[in-house]
Amino acid sequence: MTTTSTTEAMPTGTSRWDGGDATPFDMSWQKLMMWIFIVGDGLLFAAFLAGYGFLRLAADTWPDQAKVFDMSLITIMTFVLISSSVSMACAVQAAKIEDKKAVVRFLLLTVLGGAIFLGMQAFEWAGFIADGGRLDGNPWGVPDFSALFFMMTGFHGTHVLIGVVILLITTLRAKAGKTTAGGVELAGLYWHFVDLVWVFIFGCFYLI
Amino acid sequence: MGFVRKYIFSTDHKVIGIQYIVTAIIMAFAGGGLAGLIRLQLSNPDGAIVSPETYLSLVTMHGTIMVFFVVSLGLVSGLGNFLIPLHVGARDMAYPLLNMLSYWTVVPACILMLLSFLAEGGAAAAGWTMYPPLSAVADSVPGSGMGTTLWLLSMALFIVSFTMGSLNFVATILNMRAPGLSMMRLPIVLWTYFISSILGLLSFPALTAAAIMLLFDRHLGTSFFLPAGMVFADHVLPNQGGTPLLFQHLFWFLGHPEVYVLVLPAIGVAFDVVATFTRRPPLGYRTTVYSLLLIAFLSMIVWAHHMFVTGMDPRVGKYFSVATVLITAPFGVLGVNLLLSLWKARMRFTVPMMFALGLISAIGAGGLGGLYLGTQTSDVYFHETYFVVGHFHLMIGTVTLLGTFAALYYWFPKMFGRHMSTALGKIHFWVTYPGMVAIFIMMHYQGLGGMLRRSYDPSVYDYNTPNLVLRLPITVIAFVVLAAQLVFVWNFFKSSIWGEKAPANPWDSASIEWQAASPPPHGNWGEAIPAVHRWPYDYRLPGASEEYLPQTTERA
Repeated sequence: MTTTSTTEAMPTGTSRWDGGDATPFDMSWQKLMMWIFIVGDGLLFAAFLAGYGFLRLAADTWPDQAKVFDMSLITIMTFVLISSSVSMACAVQAAKIEDKKAVVRFLLLTVLGGAIFLGMQAFEWAGFIADGGRLDGNPWGVPDFSALFFMMTGFHGTHVLIGVVILLITTLRAKAGKTTAGGVELAGLYWHFVDLVWVFIFGCFYLI
Repeated sequence: MGFVRKYIFSTDHKVIGIQYIVTAIIMAFAGGGLAGLIRLQLSNPDGAIVSPETYLSLVTMHGTIMVFFVVSLGLVSGLGNFLIPLHVGARDMAYPLLNMLSYWTVVPACILMLLSFLAEGGAAAAGWTMYPPLSAVADSVPGSGMGTTLWLLSMALFIVSFTMGSLNFVATILNMRAPGLSMMRLPIVLWTYFISSILGLLSFPALTAAAIMLLFDRHLGTSFFLPAGMVFADHVLPNQGGTPLLFQHLFWFLGHPEVYVLVLPAIGVAFDVVATFTRRPPLGYRTTVYSLLLIAFLSMIVWAHHMFVTGMDPRVGKYFSVATVLITAPFGVLGVNLLLSLWKARMRFTVPMMFALGLISAIGAGGLGGLYLGTQTSDVYFHETYFVVGHFHLMIGTVTLLGTFAALYYWFPKMFGRHMSTALGKIHFWVTYPGMVAIFIMMHYQGLGGMLRRSYDPSVYDYNTPNLVLRLPITVIAFVVLAAQLVFVWNFFKSSIWGEKAPANPWDSASIEWQAASPPPHGNWGEAIPAVHRWPYDYRLPGASEEYLPQTTERA
């Protein structure tokens, strides 16, 4: 068997994949890690949603969500959360052009959106519990309906809460001039992801 | 740097890698001891060594510890940590602090797992697969009380740790490569670590979701996995509407790719060890890489072949059968590439090479058994018999452990700057390899005879009489093999302190990690990051002045 060197066959120095300072997706390892983490975390929610679909298909009946939930409240919640994604995008843009004041302003706006969402969710939970929704049963028939409601919205709410805390820390650091545009962007990536997950939960659990 | 920062809370990938390996060795004592107890119980002709409940705990904990806390910690996290930055020519992982956190998250996971033996009712007893309802109802078996809660908490910590580790692996391999080191110049072993990390990151979330739902069922009264009308301990459970099948789907969505997370790095080790000791490149670098990617993809869409006997629609089962058997194609490419890499080669029979050769044969034997289990019709008979036990012990027991040993003997000089004893290594090999293969091939025969895998005392069934002939030989060989591992542990720790001094590149390997000092200092590369000019397999190049050309050599 003859062996040939691959040195000639694979010239270097032309592609972002060839190592050194260039990186495959033209992004820092921090951003790359955040993307991979988001994919994994997204799959966690996908598994929850798949479990929900499995259990719903296995159930004979399913409660009519429009009768259980106040759909206008949910719609406003969704609108608030998606709007906060817009202000987050503005904050990322402002960080890129190093407009510190605008960064802090847009970040605070985003935090406000997240906090309003959480408040409305707490209100929704309180109403749901007052109507008799429990982890082990509910007045509307299928016990897993309320269990899935608490688990899925609860996990998403926890993610929003973590996001709000991250954004608050980022705001404080931005105010002190300690954060970079990259840092704001990372927080933004996570925030957009949390909002996107809500769109899926809203669509699959409340609408369908 | 003080002692604590240098050896305990270190952010150096090499120290963390060795910490992982030592932890895996400690856990292997627990896992191996449990295997010994299981064999004692199974071959005891009359009466009991342990109670039936304890026996279930033994098999559960043996499986969990071996899969997650020995092979995964030692081969994937341990060697991965040590090798990846060296192989990509980086000074450390992308995020060293996260790397340290990932190790110090797995330590409490190990402690919780071992503590569950002390829990009231004993350790978890629902099998390493933790199927509900056994695992979901606290009073179903004694081990399903506190023992299972500890098991779940331990696994949660393990998943967090594995996720942090894999994030680092993938980011380091993609972003931290030395100048000139393109992906197609990575050694095959790094490709396997890269692919297995991605597989782990994509599949573990399903187990996380399953574990969370199981905790809800156990402690908060939900019915995700519990259908209506279940009777336990003289009372009807109030749950309704759930299905244990959901857990099985979520579990195996992780469980099947997890097999490849463990096996692929072992195969990668074989490729690199074979290349060094045959003094030529492995056959078919590109086909190997593409096959690995194809295997990884296919491994994520075949999970329900573990569930053929759950009463699934035969048409669904047929899909999972066909998809499973499809994996044979890329896996066959790997096998052929490994075998033909040996064709007419002048091999150097060093200890790592012997383990690599043993590994190649075990892939063949284990893979053949997989065909019978991946095919729906034959699996219905083999499922829940010792055929399954024999098969998966050949693949994720024998292949992964032989791969781990090959890797440890091979990279030991880089870890400690010393050689392991060759004489002791050969004794270790000539007991371990034939012993393990003999044990698990015999188990295949017991399975063909219909011996059930979780039976506590197989002798109570008349039909098992022919199968019982093999139980004593298996037990005797098992204890001999276990004893041989003590030789390895002694060799490992003794050689790390008193072993014969090794030069920086004792095997004359061309790949880049051997260009660092042995053991490499913190930061690995001294003044400047090395520039890479070729792939890691330039041995006996025609017209070259040297017998082999390290990756850092610019001109032949």
